[in-house]
Formats: sequence, structure tokens, C-alpha cells
Amino acid sequence: MTRYVVSHLRRLEAESIHIIREAAAAFENPVLLYSIGKDSSVLLHLAQKAFAPAKLPFPLLHIDTGWKFREMIAFRDEVARQDGLDLRVWTNEDGRRENVNPFDHGAQRYTHVMKTVALRQALDHYRFDAAIGGARRDEEASRSKERVFSHRGPGHEWDPKNQRAELWNVFNTHLTKGASMRVFPLSNWTELDVWVYIEIESIPVVPLYFAAERPVAERDGVLFMVDDDRFRLHPGERPVMRNVRFRTLGCYPLSGAVESTARTVPEVIDEMIASSWSERQGRVIDYEEGVSMEDKKREGYF
Amino acid sequence: MSFVERYQELELLRFMTCGGVDHGKSTLLGRLLVDSRSVPEDHLEAAKRNNEVDFAMLLDGLRAEREQGITIDVAYRYFRTNKRKFIIADAPGHEQYTRNMATAASNCDLAVVLVDAGEGIIEQTRRHSFIAALLGIKHLVIAVNKMDLVDRSEERFDTIRRAYDAFAARLEVTDVEFIPMVAATGENVVQRSAQMEWYGGRPLLDHLENVHIASDQNLIDLRLPVQLILRGDDGSRHVAGTIASGVVRVGDEVSVLPSQTTARVSGISHRSEAFAPLAVAITLDRDVDVSRGDMLAHVRNIPTLSREIEAMLVWMSAEPLQQGREYLLQHCAVQTSAVVRDVRYCIDVTELRHHAALELRMNEIGRVSIEASRRIAFDAYSRNRATGAFILIDRMTGETAAAGMILDRETAPEEVLTPVRSLAAIEKLLADYGLDADSIEEITAIIASRLDR
Ligand SMILES: Nc1nc2c(ncn2[C@@H]2O[C@H](COP(=O)(O)OP(=O)(O)O)[C@@H](O)[C@H]2O)c(=O)[nH]1
Repeated sequence: MTRYVVSHLRRLEAESIHIIREAAAAFENPVLLYSIGKDSSVLLHLAQKAFAPAKLPFPLLHIDTGWKFREMIAFRDEVARQDGLDLRVWTNEDGRRENVNPFDHGAQRYTHVMKTVALRQALDHYRFDAAIGGARRDEEASRSKERVFSHRGPGHEWDPKNQRAELWNVFNTHLTKGASMRVFPLSNWTELDVWVYIEIESIPVVPLYFAAERPVAERDGVLFMVDDDRFRLHPGERPVMRNVRFRTLGCYPLSGAVESTARTVPEVIDEMIASSWSERQGRVIDYEEGVSMEDKKREGYF
Repeated sequence: MSFVERYQELELLRFMTCGGVDHGKSTLLGRLLVDSRSVPEDHLEAAKRNNEVDFAMLLDGLRAEREQGITIDVAYRYFRTNKRKFIIADAPGHEQYTRNMATAASNCDLAVVLVDAGEGIIEQTRRHSFIAALLGIKHLVIAVNKMDLVDRSEERFDTIRRAYDAFAARLEVTDVEFIPMVAATGENVVQRSAQMEWYGGRPLLDHLENVHIASDQNLIDLRLPVQLILRGDDGSRHVAGTIASGVVRVGDEVSVLPSQTTARVSGISHRSEAFAPLAVAITLDRDVDVSRGDMLAHVRNIPTLSREIEAMLVWMSAEPLQQGREYLLQHCAVQTSAVVRDVRYCIDVTELRHHAALELRMNEIGRVSIEASRRIAFDAYSRNRATGAFILIDRMTGETAAAGMILDRETAPEEVLTPVRSLAAIEKLLADYGLDADSIEEITAIIASRLDR
């Protein structure tokens, strides 16, 4: 009997592949939102599995705010090159021209202009009708009820009062005029699932997830990495070298690091099970929570 | 074994919690998560009031939204022990409960039904148990909560158990477990209660970790709905899909449905066999015509092929179901138009009685006959949850209007069907005679009220 038992991780894998294939088959012009983080790495790996031996039938889209860690950008370009991926990079040029940045404009406004608006622009520009992303339900309370196929009205607006019932793995992919879909194949994965899967499948991730000596500045108890000379140091302040890593990656001036000695995936997993803090705790200035997630999603945020 | 090795081998149990409002669902879920040490420190701190964890607050993502007037439906929560990983589907009780409960139940192996020991079996208990059974949940746990309010009395527990058994005999649920509980103190949730020694069974978590679900899996009927066809660089063709049930091996002779052409399996994504619920890409030894929406099955064990479907529907749209109206039907990878020909009856979920109906409104459940515009390969839901399920989509709004569970057509039609069926026929007849809608409604209402005794 045990021969036919499928472990929870292989179930998750199968479920995700099913969802990705469904999105590829049901929509005319889908895209995979690639944020370079660990979840995106897993998502990309699953997508490649889903279509093997064929190539990915859709492009990747990265919204570049201009403030990502340099190592993230290098990793992104290397992955795209090695795997021969069709990678589209989009930046909100209006925002860039006006130099909208996290220091002068605050996390909220910066995120709105450089992420939310940028994403809307890119989806409209390429006429993508479905965007496949790596969000997980366990990340945050308001995500816990998100659909796997999440319907967006014209203008990308998310109407929480008008979400479709979702049963079994029978997904409603029907689009009315002007509407689009966000698709979340990793909905049922937890942070731990992601790391264990990265380990057993040997999936490459950005080195920032592993501890190393890095230049940091401490602000209100949060460690920020001084990734380039645009970081606004206080008068007399000097970055100090500390052994740190990141649990989540985003824009460097908004991502808090944790002190750590974990240099391998199993060590990261060990630290994670020993830690009794949530993944989001590291992000004190969490640009995803600057305003309520609910409001941002209404505006078209991922 | 390393942690990673142990972790990846964990089994998965998906369960839901339901029961009457205020019977202690939030408290129980909170207890389960906290006592199994699944709640991060920062979340726990945030949910403390006067140094005590407020369990309702812990699950607050939803409550806050409720206050903002946002539709709350199913929220999913995750936790694990050393034995299993759990996905909880949490459907808060409110007016749209049937829709939400059906949604939550559709993917669950087990349902925990909370019963207030003081109140006993009430309407909601019966309603929730029925929906769980309808959606194919085979394992129920009746959590008799607030035992502290009835002096932790074994007699009271037994009374409730007998009352429930009498009702549950009419449900198709094989495994019902009763657990006396005090969710507020955690007795028999994770820890065994020291004050109810008369109870010889396991605490809830223990049960969730050990309940036998492996045999729920259908390994007999191979069903592989085709999602898409992949092409390798060498021109090879790979049939991609998720195995809905059964086992497929290299060399098996399969039938492509609905065309019923046959071929042998020549390869399965680098394996010699695969089984549900794995997602695979297989190659066939012959260049047969196969595309999205088809289904592969073993030649000597094929599903029903028909345009006509008998099904139970849970109606989910504010717009009532109209007989004769066209909807989009989504079944596995098939999307096709379909018309509901006949509403045979509506079910009074609380009393488990049928009554005549001409339409189904939101949150109503009824039996219908549907005619699809193409042939579909399906099984009865009771035999196959994956190939027996479908949804109806409203073309105009795009919403999921109904969830459908296909019935076994072999089973004799129930007595009550005859008059109902003729009622619909009478209605059509009257319309054919050119009677106006109001008069038809008046006449059919009179007939319906007579039938409904
Ligand atoms: N006496 C007693 N009260 C309980 C128990 N479990 C929950 N309650 C109380 O019952 C009320 C409703 O509980 P709650 O968990 O919010 O119920 P829900 O509406 O089903 O989620 C709250 O005041 C709880 O403190 C119990 O085992 N014993």
C-alpha cells in the first residue's frame, strides 16, 4: 500500500504543476511574474517541470524598481541566460524620471509608483491576460483566503466582494471583457515547504539568503544592508560588517536582515525551525504592509 | 534520518472545522495551533490581552475583514506535527454558509463538527454534517465542546452521541468519531483531559495524526484528464495532465475518450508507473488524435460517456438557477456549454427531505438533469471525486454559479422524482398552450404545495 502513498511535498508539487499547466492552456497570453526571490525560484522550477520536455510557453516578467539588491539582478540575468528564458524587465519610467525612491517618498508612495503602477503598466503594455505569481497563503492573514485563480476586473482592480467560489481543482478560468487573472500556484506552500523543496531539488537561489559578512546600518533595531552609495547614511554614520542573511528579499532599503550563521540550505532550515518568529518579522518596514494589503490589492498590487 | 528527509515524507491531511456559531470553533482552532506550537511568537504576542491569548483574535485576519464588510469565505491555515502536515479550511459561519462550506469541504478528507454540549444536536449540526457528506467527506469528528458546562458528564456525552447516530445513519459517512472536549482549557484538543477519564478515545490532534485516509484513494480506475499536449525538441508528443485516479504503467493499453481510439503507453516522465494525484507527461506508441479535454482510461475500465448528466447542485449565485438557461460547464479540462433541463427536487438540508422546486436559489441544494453540448467522460462523484465534480459558470458575469456532483445513474430514481418530474412537464405544457407566466406560476405553486407533503 505504501507504494502508492504520495507525500505532502509531492502533492504540493503536483498541485502546482496542475495549476501552471491550466493557466498556460486556458489563457491566451499568460506571463510568469518573476521577483527573483526564493518563491519565484521554486515557481520557475515547477513551471519548467510542468512543460518538460518542451520550453516554457510564456515569458517571465520582472518589475524592476531600481532598488533591488545588486546580487538579485545579477542572479536574475544569469538564470535567464542559462535557461534561455524570455525575460521582460519593466520599470515605471515616469517614476524613474521623477526619481521616486524609498528615502524621499516613503515606503508607501514609492511602492505604489514603482511596484503597483509599474506592474499595471507592464501587464497593459504586453496585454498579458494572466499573471502567474509566487504568493503563498501562509505569508499573511489577508492572503489566507486568496483564490488560486484570482479574478481582476478592468483596470486590474480586485473586488473582494466579487471573488469566485473555488472548489476541488476545477478552476474557473473564464474571463469577461477587460478582465484578467492572477494565478497563485504556490498558494498551499509554507515557508518551510519552499526551503525543503529547494534543498531536495537543488534549486539555485540568490546568495543573499545565506549568511555572509555584509555592510549594514542599524535603524531602530533593524539591520539594513548598504548595497550601494545611494543608501542615505546619517552624518558620521559608517556601515559596519555583520554576519547577516535575509528571510525575504525585496528592495534593499526596505528589507531587514537577520544576524545568522546559516550558510547552506539545511542550516537555513535548522534556523527556521528553531526560530519562533514569523517570516515577515524581519521586515519592519515591510513595503507590502505599509498600507493594508487589502487596499493595495484593490489597486492592482500583486 | 535528517530533518529534511523526515519532513518530506510527512503525509497530508486536509480538514475543515464547522458547527454552530459560538460553539467554540475559533477557540478550538486557536488551541490546536497554539498547543501544537504552530503560531509564531510575534503573532502570539499580538493576540494577547492581559497576558492571556485571545484565540478569536489570533485568527483575526478574517474578523477584521468582516467588520469592513468584505465577503469572508474560506481561509486556509497550515500547521504540522512530526506525523502529518495539515491544511485547515476555515469557513466562518454566516448567511452564505452553504456556499462557503461546500467550497471548504470540496478538498477536505475530514470535517470536525463542533457541538455545544449544552445545546446538543441542533439544526446547524445536521446541516453541516449533510454538506460534508454531500461533498464526499468520509471522516467526521463530532467534537462535543464545552463539556465543562455539563459537569463533564459521560451521560450527557452519550445522549448527544446517540442523537447524532440516529441522524447520521442517513448520511453516507463511514467513519464518525466522537470526542468530548473543553476547547477553552484545551482538554482533549492536544492534551488528554485528566478530568474526563471515562473517555477512552484519543484527543483530537492524536486522531487527526492517525486517522487512516490512505484507502480513500481510488487506485482502481485510471483516469487521466488531458490538460495539454507538449512537444519535445525531437518532435515527440507528450500528453500532460494530473492523474485523477488509478495507476498507469508503461505498456498499458489506454483508450482516448471520447473518441475511444486506443494506444499503448510508451513512457511516463522517466518513471515506469505513476498514480493519483501526480502530474505527469506520458507518451503513446501511436500517433492518435488526442487534445485538451480528452481523458485517458484503461481500455477495459472506461468512464461513462454522455452529454446527459444527473447531478446534485449547490447553487452559489445570487441569480437563481433557471431551467433551460445556458451555462458554461467546466469538468476536468473540458469547458462546454450546457443547459439545466430539469430541477428534479430541492433538498431541505436540515430535515433531509426533498421537495419540489422549479428553481434553485443561492445556498440551495438540489438534484438536476443537465444536457451538455458535447459528450463528456465522467464517473459518479461517490466513486471518483475528481471526475465526478464540475462547476457551472455564468457566461455573463463569469462567476462560479454552482458546484455539481454527478450521481450514479444506475441507482433507481427516488419515488419523489416522479411527481416532480411531471410538475416540470406540466409547466412546459402550460407554456406551450400559451398560458401567461403568472398563471403558470399560480398553478404550479398549487401543485407543488400538494406534492410537498
Ligand atoms: N465554557 C466554555 N466556553 C467555551 C469553550 N470553548 C469556547 N468557549 C466560549 O464560547 C464562546 C464562543 O467561542 P468561539 O470560539 O468564539 O466560537 P465560534 O463562534 O464557534 O468561533 C467564547 O466566549 C468562548 O470563550 C469551552 O470549552 N467551554
